[in-house]
Parts: sequence; structure tokens; C-alpha cells
Amino acid sequence: MKRLGVGLLLALWVIALTTFPTGTFAADKTVLIGFTASQTGKLNVEAIRQINGLHLWVEQVNKAGGVKLPDGTVIKFADKFYDDESKKERVQELYTKLINTDKADFLISPYSSGLTDAAAVIAQQYNRIMITAGAASDSTYKKGYTLVYQTYTPASRYLTGAVDVLLKMAPQAKKVAIIHEKDKFSTDVVNALKKYAEDKKLAVPLFEGYEPGTTDFAPFINKIPADVDAIMGGGHFADTTTLARQLYEKKVNTKMIALLVAPPEPKFAELGEACICVIGSSQWEPLAKYTLESAKKDNIPWVGIAGDDFVKAYKAKFNEEPSYHSAGGYIAGVILQEAIQKAGSTDTAKVKAALDAMDMMTFYGRIKFGTTPKDQGLQVGHEMVYIQWAKDKAGKPVKEVVWPAAGATAPAALCPKR
Amino acid sequence: MLAQLISSLTDGLLLGFVYGVAAMGLTLIWGVMTVINLAHGPVIALGMFGTYLLFTHLGLNPYVALIPVAVIGLVLGLVIYGVAVQRVINAPHLSSLLATFAVNMTIIGIGTAVFSTSPQNIDFSLGSLDLAFLTIPATRLVAAGGAVLFTAGLYLFLYFTRPGKAIRAVANNRNAAELMGIPSYQVLALSFGLGTMLAAVAGGLIATFFPFTILSGGPYELKSFVICVLGGLGNPLGALLGGLILGGLEGLIPSFMPVSWVPVVEFGLFVLVLLIRPSGLLGAK
Repeated sequence: MKRLGVGLLLALWVIALTTFPTGTFAADKTVLIGFTASQTGKLNVEAIRQINGLHLWVEQVNKAGGVKLPDGTVIKFADKFYDDESKKERVQELYTKLINTDKADFLISPYSSGLTDAAAVIAQQYNRIMITAGAASDSTYKKGYTLVYQTYTPASRYLTGAVDVLLKMAPQAKKVAIIHEKDKFSTDVVNALKKYAEDKKLAVPLFEGYEPGTTDFAPFINKIPADVDAIMGGGHFADTTTLARQLYEKKVNTKMIALLVAPPEPKFAELGEACICVIGSSQWEPLAKYTLESAKKDNIPWVGIAGDDFVKAYKAKFNEEPSYHSAGGYIAGVILQEAIQKAGSTDTAKVKAALDAMDMMTFYGRIKFGTTPKDQGLQVGHEMVYIQWAKDKAGKPVKEVVWPAAGATAPAALCPKR
Repeated sequence: MLAQLISSLTDGLLLGFVYGVAAMGLTLIWGVMTVINLAHGPVIALGMFGTYLLFTHLGLNPYVALIPVAVIGLVLGLVIYGVAVQRVINAPHLSSLLATFAVNMTIIGIGTAVFSTSPQNIDFSLGSLDLAFLTIPATRLVAAGGAVLFTAGLYLFLYFTRPGKAIRAVANNRNAAELMGIPSYQVLALSFGLGTMLAAVAGGLIATFFPFTILSGGPYELKSFVICVLGGLGNPLGALLGGLILGGLEGLIPSFMPVSWVPVVEFGLFVLVLLIRPSGLLGAK
């Protein structure tokens, strides 16, 4: 009888070995990443680039064999997403569904500060870690959430570098006019910009907001004092592009124009002459060179692929140049991967501890998070890159990195007379 | 300060002419068949894209492109009328409202799939005109001129041609017009086509100076409602006047107060006109 029992056990063991491939028996785990993407509505361009970046990361990490944990478990990633129609009310409904119905293990934010702010409260409520991409507004990370981690440089540091560029180009500059979109992100940016400019002894004679969706900027442009040294502000792509065009058509002369979001986009060049001299801040540019060497210089570890490899893979897969939205989506995935790797687990508390301790260099720049109650999850390592549109030898618009000086491809130039 | 006021007023009035053309399409449709056309905004956006595509792919001057855009707008209007409006024209207003809303959602859906919501821009400039302290972008001047031409054309058509007179007759009393042998089905279809054509042309004119997306028609549709009420529903000249008032207000208000007050004043005026003179400034009493 005893022999028969042993024999049966042996037979079962042999069946198990032949049925399940070695090593995957209870050792493979698929982590589900949930998010919403604005596939329709006004944010669909940026949002689709963001999810393209994220999908590229999922594909690459799985192709490379996933993440192997110390206990031998191999983590593979899958994603589940819904269209939020660029609407806040849909975001909360869908994130709740992602957590409760789809059982998402980790979350990535939707695109834009407003939508992310709506999603963050759900992530915190259901104890899920959310890596935010495309959400620069500072205020989300100052609400006491403990599980929300930011990929982008926060809004408060979005345009402050433009003041430094202005003072370097024109040390005698005295006045800056600020015209901005009245949404959460742009308001955060310009409030910090105004304070920074005033700290640098610059006067701000015009500080005015416009409603999202504004197309006619003539009333604002007519209010700009003739003697301002710089015009700064803007909001998102559509309005900022229109503002830049109308500043040109109304022949506004100033030393510098620095605007949000739109200038780094390749499509901004379609403005022709109107885009020349406009400066913009970007979370990432293919021209920006963050390398293994720069990581060594800063004495922090390098993680992930090189920038050129990212550009090549993205172009091959999506047939377009990656924007910083694409890079942001990709890096959100890398951050999660690295945190799980370091934590050696997918447990929320352990991954959170790994995120809090994270300080790494990637092709996108440095990643490090605030850990005090006042800035928990706020991005404190990453820096903006400033670009300016100039003319190439053939007279066509060309983008140059002008700040920080160390990574510049050309010096910043004053605006020509219009 | 005076220079700023005059600059703002000029900019606003020039824009007002184009608002007028957009509203004229809406008011014509309402005047003839009492249908509130919620597909008006997307058609304005399609007019923008039509001009853009003809300019970028065929190299057509944007103002020349307005001619094919107008023709396409007319045909599109006839199609929308035949598919969505004709069967519900005698039903309660809610039915035609929902039918045109369905067309609105369909156009926006297809437009988003084809063009995305990425802003497009017609890289076309005529320079700017300097008059003392005024700098006026020439595209706005030409657009205002174009708007006046289209208004004059519509006026001549309605008052001096047989189909135009038939439209006015149907607008006045459809039953009586039918008894006089006017084929009301064709006249209603033509009116809808003309209204849609005007929306498409307004879109084409706007595209010469503002970047746009498939969603850009929405704000102009909303403005068109205010303008129609201001000028008098069903009255094309009233629409032009309403457009000028709205454009002027949009230019002037931001000089005195934050721009967020513009819609407050605009819609306040809307309610006021409805209360005091429901037929509008140029509407019949």
C-alpha cells in the first residue's frame, strides 16, 4: 500500500513536470497596470503619445524577460486602459473600475494635471501606487497623498529657468508681461514664475489669465505695455500656438518670448516666421544628452536604455518622432519596474519604500521624489530643458537647446525686430 | 488708453463680421424651418479643415478655396437635411434638436478619428497693416471683407432670385407657400444647404487667422445662438449686426475688466434681450 502511495506521488510529480514548463510553476506573475487615456476629447494627442511610450516600455520589458525577483518569481506586465474622453468625471469612475473590477495592481495617471488630480484621490483611497505622467501641477503632491509619484518636473519649476535665460541675455531687463491660461497647471506655473521674477527684481506690469479654449488674444496683446523686456506664459498647445502667432501678426516687439508646452512640439514650426525666437521649456528633448557618464558624474545609478535607443525604437513602432509626452509615458513604466526590482516584491508598502528611496539617472533625466509630508511624491530630481526656435542656413525653423548652458546646442538669442 | 481701446474695438469688430456669417447660417435654418441646428459647430470646423486641406495639399489660396468649401458645404447641408432632418421636421422641436445633435456627435467622432484633436494651422500670412498706432493683421481685414460679400450675396439671393423668394415665402407661411405651388421640400432642403454653406464658409475664413481642431466649432456655435437672439432670429442682417455687437464687446470688455467677465456680459445681454425684446434687435415685433 505504502509502495503504491509513493508510486502515485512519483507519477503525479512526473505529470506535473511534463505539463508545466520548468520554472513557471507558481513562479510567473503578471502585474496589471491600469490607467485611463484621453483617446478622444481635447487632450487626445498628448495622451496618445503618453500611452504609446508606456506601451513601448511594456513590450520591451516583457520581451527582455520581465523582472526577476529574489524569490525566483518572474514579473511580466500587462496593461488595461479606458478612454476618459478628457473628462474628470469619467476619470474617477474608470479608475474605480480599474481597481475593483479589473484588479489593477499599479496605476499610471491620465494625461494632464486636472485629470490626474481627479485620479490621485481614487488611487490613495484604494491603496494603489500611481506613477503620474503628464501631470506637472504641484498641488496634487501637497494634499497629503502618500502613494502618488510624479515623473514630470513640477509646474513651479516649469518656466523659472526662462527668467535666468532672460537675465543672461539681457542683464538690464526690468519688466516681464505674463499672459496665461486659467487652468490648474498653467496657473501653478505662472504663480511660481511671477514670484521668481519678482525675487530677481523684475517688475510684472501685466499678469492676466485667459479662459481655456480662447482663440482671440488681441485684447490681451493690446494690453501689453510697449516697454516690456519679455512676454511669458501661455498654457497648452492650441492656445499657446495661437498666442505666438498673434504676437507676431500684431508685430509685438520684445527681447524674449517664453511660452508653455507648445514650443517644443515639432508642429510648432508650422507657424513659420511667427515661431522664430520663441523659447519653450520641455520635460525632455531627443537632443538632451543624459548618459551613463552624466550619471557617473552625479554619482547616481543609470537605469534603462539610452536616449538614442528610445528614439529609434519609438520611431520604428509608431512612425513618428517621440515628444516629451512619449518619453514621460515610457519613464513612468521604468520607474515602476525599477521600484519593483528594488523592492523585490509587488507589495504596495515595499514598492512605496523603494520609490521613496529612488535616486537614478535615465535618458529622460534624473528621477528622485520628495519624501517630506509637504512634498511627498513630488519630483525633485528632474530638470527642464529650454529650447528656442531659430533659423537654419536655408531659413527654415530649427529647434536648439539653449538651457541649461551645459547641455546647450546653441546660445539663446534675443528676438529680432518684427 | 484710448489707443488701446481703439485697437481692441477694431480687432473685435473685424472678428464680429465673421461671427455674423457663422450666425447667419444658423438663423436662416431657424427662420425657415424652426430647427435649432446643433450640427452647426462641427460644420464650421469642417469648413476650417476643408480650407486647410485644399491649401496644404492642392496649394490653393485659402480665399479661392472658399469657393469649393462653399459648394461642399451646400452639398453636405443637403445630405444632412435628407438623412437627419427631413423626417422629423414636423415633429416637436426636441426631435430635430436630437437629430442634429446626433449629426454633431457623428461628425466630431469621425473628425477626431481622422484628424485627431491636434491643432492645425494654415501657414498663410498677408502681413499686417499699420495705421497710426493700429496694427491690423490683413487676414482679419480680408475675412471681414469676405463676410460682407457673403452677406450681400445672401441678401441679393433672398430678395432678387426666384429660389430666394421661395425661401422667404416658406419662412413666412409654409402652408400658404405650398398652396401657391412652391415645392416646400426642395425649398427647406435648399435653406438647410445654404445655412450649412454659410457655416462652412465662416469656418474657412476663421481658419485663415486662428489655429483650429475638429472641436473648434463649438464656441462659434454658442456665440451664434447669442448673435441670433441679439439680431433677431431668422434675420440675416440681424445676424451680422449681432455679430458686430458681440465682436465689439469681446474686444472692449477685456480693456476694463478681467476677460472672464466676457461670457457673463454676453450671456447677461442674451437674457436681457430675451426679456425685453424677445424678437431681437432687427426681428419682427
